[in-house]
Amino acid sequence: MSRARTLREQEGRAGLALISPTLIITLVVVVLPLLWAIMLAFQDVRLINIRQAGLFGNYTLENFAYVMAEPGFWSALVNTLVYTVAGTALSIVIGLVTALALRDRFRLRTLVRASILIPYVAPVVAVAFLWETMLNPQYGIVNSWLDEPIAFLTQARGTFLGMEVPVALLTVIAFEAWRYFPFAFLFILARIQALPAELDEAAVVDGATPTQRFRYVILPQLWRIIALLSVLRFVFTFTKFDDVYLLTGGGAGTEVVSVRVYNFLTARDDIGASAAQAIVLAVALVVFLVLYLRFFGGGEREQG
Amino acid sequence: MSRDRFERALLKVLKPLVILFLFVITAFPFYYMVMLSFRDIQELILEPGSLWPKAFTLDTYVNVLDRQGFLIFMRNSAIVAVASVAVTLLISIPGAYAVARLRFFGRRQVHFLFLAVYLFPAIVLAIPLFVLFTMLGLRGSLVGLILVYIAQTVPVTVYMLRNYFETVPQSVEEAAAIDGCTRLSTIWRVVLPLSKPALMATGLYAFMIAWNEFLFALLFLVERRESWTVSLGLSQLAGSIEIPTTVLMAGSVVLTLPIVIVFFAGERLLTEGLTAGAEKG
Repeated sequence: MSRARTLREQEGRAGLALISPTLIITLVVVVLPLLWAIMLAFQDVRLINIRQAGLFGNYTLENFAYVMAEPGFWSALVNTLVYTVAGTALSIVIGLVTALALRDRFRLRTLVRASILIPYVAPVVAVAFLWETMLNPQYGIVNSWLDEPIAFLTQARGTFLGMEVPVALLTVIAFEAWRYFPFAFLFILARIQALPAELDEAAVVDGATPTQRFRYVILPQLWRIIALLSVLRFVFTFTKFDDVYLLTGGGAGTEVVSVRVYNFLTARDDIGASAAQAIVLAVALVVFLVLYLRFFGGGEREQG
Repeated sequence: MSRDRFERALLKVLKPLVILFLFVITAFPFYYMVMLSFRDIQELILEPGSLWPKAFTLDTYVNVLDRQGFLIFMRNSAIVAVASVAVTLLISIPGAYAVARLRFFGRRQVHFLFLAVYLFPAIVLAIPLFVLFTMLGLRGSLVGLILVYIAQTVPVTVYMLRNYFETVPQSVEEAAAIDGCTRLSTIWRVVLPLSKPALMATGLYAFMIAWNEFLFALLFLVERRESWTVSLGLSQLAGSIEIPTTVLMAGSVVLTLPIVIVFFAGERLLTEGLTAGAEKG
């Protein structure tokens, strides 16, 4: 005998019913594959023998030992870190400058704002191809401005003002900053426009100069959004594949771990080693995030 | 001159320069893209520094759309993007409504799941999905790709829509219930019409992900040319020596233009508030 359900019970059932499609697709396409990826990292599997590797197959640490001993893995991890930190920092700094410059209305602001958003909105394949063409040593427009053509994307090292610099890596970082500063700009501008005007006005009355107002009034109110942006951009850039793969294919000293993961998966057909590297990448990401939160999360609390 | 006046004067000069610089670094590359797409390759090689074509040609577009197959790629991209948007909305509307309005078991934990999926690296997911799709023979099919895109967007769109649904006044819904609406018809007749800007934003997000995405398209479709999306097509043809750069630039324009149009068309709609005054009368 079933009693009539209470409204509250009905609500609970309706809620589960309505959310279930979301949960099912996330479970099937994200959560289960993730667990499987972890299992694959501990098994010796290739596409050929994948059917023999079952749930209770032979688990081993060999993949991890193998990929970490491979030449190029550690340098790829260092590249990933340099690329991520520099790309994140540059995109946020330029985004901040842009937000400050576009804060007040001026003629053509809508046009400039629209133009600034395009690098972020445009497909990565199109902009990567555009950069490749512009930087091409034979017919690229940038090289037509220089006295001596520079192979920006295929040259690992070059000299600039007497210093040796990693040319291709710097180019890839510049691309990252160019493509993602609009993202930081949007976040920071929204925050700046929501700031109460009274504080800034009071500072003007007190005789603060523009740089003092920025340093002591505006910037302290932006730290939270900058911290959030740093985490977001760090997470996205650290595991990014498209940009480096499309620009250099991982050549000329720009190989990042995600490109190695792809190459092991497709060119070498070594699923286990590929999964192991992806797991190492994910773990490294978590470690860096924890370190970051230790350093900066604590500092923020002290400021109140 | 006081420090204040000096700084103000300096900023007055500096600010337009910064704005000009930002405009040039963002607008110039796209001007260059469009300009090259109307040029003949010979002209480019002879005069790489020129900023205005001597003769405009549309042959590049004819070549890229017809001979290189970009018309087919565009059809594939459109199928993938439209299907992703439709299914994403279909799944995330009830999901977001449930999270916004209904108390059910596990409601609080759902947020954590969404955040995790949003931040989760695609490259880790790529491995098991690549293996799975190879085993199932789904590589080369657009359906598999659409499934992946939906799974990647749904958690985020549920979150976006939920925030908006929460701003719809509960009293409007209660009024609908008293007038005899069931829960689903309340969503359909009351909540959705009030949420048009949020639905546009959500659809836009799903469309951009599906149209721009590259990694999964590369992994799943690369072996079947007739299933390539525009992004994949351009990236694959960019390496070949036979196809002139200006023709591929026309391909870049074809790839970029739809997303730029959709983005700026949608952005204006987003700013229109629709809930204002819903409770009056």
